[in-house]
Amino acid sequence: MSERIYIYKRYERFWHWSQALLIIVMMITGFEVHGSYLLLGFKKAVQLHSLAAWTLLTLWAFTIFWQFTTGEWRQYLPSLKNVGAMIKYYTVGIFTNAPHPFHKTVSQKHNPLQRLAYLALLAFISPLIWGTGIFYLFYGDWARLGIDQSLSLETVAVLHTLGAYMITAFFFIHVYLTTTGHTVFAHIKAMITGWEEVDEKH
Amino acid sequence: MDHLRRLIGAALLGAALLAQAAEGPVPPPAIGKAEISSSTTDHSKLEALKGPFKTGPEVTKACLSCHNTAGHQVMKSIHWTWETKSPTTGKTLGKKWAANNFCGSPLSNETRCTSCHAGYGWTDKNFDFTNQDNVDCLACHDTTGTYKKFGPDGGHPLYADREFEPMEGPPGKKLFKAPDLTKIAQHVGQPGRANCGACHFNGGGGDAVKHGDLDSSLKNPSRELDVHMAKDGANMVCADCHTFNAHQPSGSRYAATAKDKHGFDLPKDDHNHATCESCHGFTPHKEAKINNHTDKVACQTCHIPEFARGGIATKLLWDWSTAGKMGPDGKPLFIKDDHGHLKYSAAKGDFKYGENVRPEYKWYNGIVHPVTITDKIDDSKVLELNRVEGSASDPNARIWPFKVMRGKQAYDTENKTLVVNHVFGDDDTALWKHYDYAKSIKAGMEYAGLPYSGKFGFIETQMNWFITHMVAPKEKAVPCQECHTRAADGRLSAITDIYLPGRDSNQLVDLFGGLAIAGAIGGGLLHGIVRILSRRKENAK
Repeated sequence: MSERIYIYKRYERFWHWSQALLIIVMMITGFEVHGSYLLLGFKKAVQLHSLAAWTLLTLWAFTIFWQFTTGEWRQYLPSLKNVGAMIKYYTVGIFTNAPHPFHKTVSQKHNPLQRLAYLALLAFISPLIWGTGIFYLFYGDWARLGIDQSLSLETVAVLHTLGAYMITAFFFIHVYLTTTGHTVFAHIKAMITGWEEVDEKH
Repeated sequence: MDHLRRLIGAALLGAALLAQAAEGPVPPPAIGKAEISSSTTDHSKLEALKGPFKTGPEVTKACLSCHNTAGHQVMKSIHWTWETKSPTTGKTLGKKWAANNFCGSPLSNETRCTSCHAGYGWTDKNFDFTNQDNVDCLACHDTTGTYKKFGPDGGHPLYADREFEPMEGPPGKKLFKAPDLTKIAQHVGQPGRANCGACHFNGGGGDAVKHGDLDSSLKNPSRELDVHMAKDGANMVCADCHTFNAHQPSGSRYAATAKDKHGFDLPKDDHNHATCESCHGFTPHKEAKINNHTDKVACQTCHIPEFARGGIATKLLWDWSTAGKMGPDGKPLFIKDDHGHLKYSAAKGDFKYGENVRPEYKWYNGIVHPVTITDKIDDSKVLELNRVEGSASDPNARIWPFKVMRGKQAYDTENKTLVVNHVFGDDDTALWKHYDYAKSIKAGMEYAGLPYSGKFGFIETQMNWFITHMVAPKEKAVPCQECHTRAADGRLSAITDIYLPGRDSNQLVDLFGGLAIAGAIGGGLLHGIVRILSRRKENAK
């Protein structure tokens, strides 16, 4: 039997979807700035990309505050326990209709693989993108800050692009994995309503 | 900075409003000349200008009887000396010395070339540069639009009507009228566009020929063509930017400011407005990202999308090597193209023209290296007559737009120098009379007193003319993606020593990233398909 639990709170859902929108906008405009295609025109792409970046930074400021005041930040603490079981599930179990090895609860909403993936995102991809992105945004001030001799636009731009490729790959994997709930749209529905159906503890 | 800008804006606006007192709301503040003269002197009432004047120098004497230092001021200016020392390289330049790939050298051709000299009577090398009566005041100060120096008269206007057959015009004599010097002398004033244009629009021997961004369409341009000079734009004249101090013009090609580090030109400064920054400052755009470009990109690069936009074609190629062909009638051949432009002239060779031409872009730090007639040249490759200096790492350089004039011209194949070609004159050696290079070069070199081996050939040359006029309205500025593009014909495809976002990328990163994204999508698809298939099997059981 299954039960319904309220797993994603209102702010969390707002954060998730607005962040999703901003990241999609930044992917589309970012790869246009990279020269991959012509869609909005370079100027509009840059403007929108920068605007989305500032908006996401603001959103993050609130989110970090939220994570700490609610204690939700603990959801991202990694644990290697059961990682093997998760890998086995995704590579074998999922095809044989084996039960999901992880039992979602309000206090543990991420499975061990998810925790690792989000930690990698937070600890590696995000700093890479934001670090280079901020330098890119303030390119005009490099001379004033005395860093124009030690930093090249090429390095900053190439590293930024590297981060962009990684988050884009992450995005597609992330979207695919939302379909691995007990129905194809179960996870997405949960992220919209906040309520997720989970198997009763066996 | 912002306060300052507002203050200046307010001051300009105030001045403009005062000048147009009570005419109601007028669009943008007109910085240019008011239609009604505000001069404190009505020259038509002056005793000294009663005339009648028979010659130019007579008028000059009358002018100098009041403006008693003007002659000596003019005689110090490049408009008179045709000679200047480069402030960056120290080399002696100016029309007298620097080579070009248009008409060549004024030496031995003075009588014709000096129809654009700010003086009278420079017909040979013995011209007296110290006689102030030879200064031509009217060329710059005529306000009637009727003063005209006559082509082959050494800087003089016609003093009596004359019948004359222009070399490249339709056959037959045409009557040329002598201007009314007395009337002109009584109607002098500040130089307008047509005064400067009489010479600067016609450089290289005709309208639009030389510069590409200067031609007679600028006498009364549309806003689209020139936002500063259009009547419904700022309605400015040349001298509003090319400010004169004691008759010395500012903004010379030989002493260009490739990167203005001074910014706004205030009354306490040096009264040199010949840079965009003099009026627009360092941060003229609302968006910081665009202001960030001004360090490396000249304003002109984005704001002059094309040159020769006024409907008059400029010369892009001049091949002197083919001159001298005769038609079936045994007479010199002149062929016009469909637009009425000479595409072949027996006197000058082959031409190519262009309208609405996209400039070529180069780094430029204000230092030019013009080849002079006496310089040793390397004839193993195309000769660049005025190499411009600069690179991405040069803090004084910015990316500038250029008209690159290409050509072929005569040189001494033994001594490896360019030559003085005697083209104009009524003698038995002039090229435009006898169409014989052997004679005309020998005569030119002898006249100039330069060594000549007697052997000549033709060398391919190119010349850089930076584009700085015909500034389009801001909505017509070059769109970002014309530079920020991977397209092979991107505007800055020749500028390779910078990382240009949207054009450049790291191939390894692109490969890795492409594989990562493809892997993510492909992996998901594959995983999903296996899921669907295996579920079906489960269900079938």
